[in-house]
Amino acid sequence: MGKVILEVNELTTKYVTRFNEDVYAVDHVSLKVEEGKSLGIAGESGCGKSTLALSLMGYYFAPLHYTSGEIIIDGQNITGMHPDTVRKNILGNEIAYIPQAAMNALNPTQKIIHFIEDVVQAHDPKVSKKEIYELARERFEVLGLPKEVLQRYPVELSGGMKQRTVIATSVILEPKILIADEPSSALDVTSQKMVIKMLRYMMEKGYVKAMIFITHELPLLYNVTDDIMVMYAGQIVEKGSSKQTVFDPIHPYAKGLMGSIIVPESGLKDTKLTAIPGTPPNLKKPPEGCRFAERCKFVTPECKRYPVDMKYLESDRSYRCIFTEEQLRKAYQND
Amino acid sequence: MTEKKSCLKGVGLTKVFGLGRNKNMAVDHVDFDFAEGEIVSIVGESGSGKTTLAKMLLGLINTTEGEIYFKSKKRDIRSQKAKKEYWTNIQAIFQDPFSSYNIFNKIDALFLDCINMRGGKKLPYEKKLEMMTEACSFVNLKFAELTNKYPFELSGGQMQRLMIARIFLLKPQILLADEPTSMIDACSRATILDMLLKLRNDTGMTIIFITHDIGLAYFVSDKVFIMEHGKFVESGTADEVILRPKEAYTKRLLNDVPKIHEEWDLSTVDIKAK
Repeated sequence: MGKVILEVNELTTKYVTRFNEDVYAVDHVSLKVEEGKSLGIAGESGCGKSTLALSLMGYYFAPLHYTSGEIIIDGQNITGMHPDTVRKNILGNEIAYIPQAAMNALNPTQKIIHFIEDVVQAHDPKVSKKEIYELARERFEVLGLPKEVLQRYPVELSGGMKQRTVIATSVILEPKILIADEPSSALDVTSQKMVIKMLRYMMEKGYVKAMIFITHELPLLYNVTDDIMVMYAGQIVEKGSSKQTVFDPIHPYAKGLMGSIIVPESGLKDTKLTAIPGTPPNLKKPPEGCRFAERCKFVTPECKRYPVDMKYLESDRSYRCIFTEEQLRKAYQND
Repeated sequence: MTEKKSCLKGVGLTKVFGLGRNKNMAVDHVDFDFAEGEIVSIVGESGSGKTTLAKMLLGLINTTEGEIYFKSKKRDIRSQKAKKEYWTNIQAIFQDPFSSYNIFNKIDALFLDCINMRGGKKLPYEKKLEMMTEACSFVNLKFAELTNKYPFELSGGQMQRLMIARIFLLKPQILLADEPTSMIDACSRATILDMLLKLRNDTGMTIIFITHDIGLAYFVSDKVFIMEHGKFVESGTADEVILRPKEAYTKRLLNDVPKIHEEWDLSTVDIKAK
């Protein structure tokens, strides 16, 4: 077992609406990421994937609020810290975040190099511009971006190039963990591949020690990550290695999700896509029992009575369902 | 195989934007023949001209050169009346459901428009209500929950399904679906694809898919056209093109898509390039 880079225990965060209603978008989430590993988070729109990514940074701004739980980065608990300390010492230094529209983070009136200077000097004002230029040039060279990019304005770069520039900038301070929230979904397949290759390269070079990758595109997730976590309505419903989760899911929701994968391979035409009927529950008033019960094929009255806990299997997998693994497998077979 | 009747045919279709040195061949002499009841996909990367082609087929923009034949007859939509007539035969679903609706019209007004367009203007209201309810239940929505709602009150998936309900009411001969599932997640995508396939089986309409998702194209279509720089580089049945591609471009495109049963080869792109 490698060194644990990120450990999250029972993290709960909520959104507070205008009418003072609480929406628990991340509900008692626990996870661990080891050195050199990448963790994927899958789930449909609105299940809390992106909120989890924001919550992991330990820096909260309205309407997102911290409720309970702890985030430990490389042995350092960041949950009790003052927001200013988090922003100065943790963000960028320890944990980096790439949002989906990362390229929009660039200022159109600023050259790329000035953007990088801002990032570095926000953490350490003493670093000279020359040093920053040298660092950026070297880093860009390694990551396959020409150094001319540094002197360009964002409008002069293509979408894929901008995305890669922002990614390269986000790891310039060598953070321990990188959270990538749909970093490639706005790009076409070729640029997407380049972004993925670059992310892998950064891990190999040690610019980041571990990575959390969020996307709803399952084939991509399978190819990029070591472990996959499936989220539903703010909770984790299944966790396991990528291979196990994609090819052999246990939880009924994960099963449905994996049944909707479309890849251009022979045999696809004969498979029937599974569509999960219904919509996710309203998180303002989440159901008492299992949150997936309303849409589950195998629902029993028992499901809706009490909250369901995670079940941990020996093979380092876990899932959230009242049935045992054998019961579920039997149900899938008869289905 | 029995010979199928031609539904939409294009000969030497071309669209040029700009003049002189700025000339840009968005669509460059493409030929195609879509048969009735067929599902065809036009696959290409951003900027390959697939949406321009779609707009020409819909008659939203003029063609620079070439002819379009609708049911073996030359299409003539120069007059507004002819255009309206043509649009009862061809309908479209676009990528962004949020911008496809008139924000001031409620959902039932939208459906009533469709019924009126099909010549059901004089029908009694009960009959219209019945038709609307049927259309909604076709896409697994409850009409009773939707009346008196504005489009912005719905989710993206619901809006896209309503678009299909609209098509169900209109029953056009051709449906042009321009990236209908790229804004919604994988689960709702399966639902929408199922509905479109069912619609084709029920009504026998021709569906033209415009997409950059090669897996989706393979799943739904009978025929696939691969488009690059305004030209069709490869075309044929889905199995031929996707499983046994001949052109280098198609091979590259296929290689760049992440897969789950085969190894995803990352070595084909060089991050050091350019």
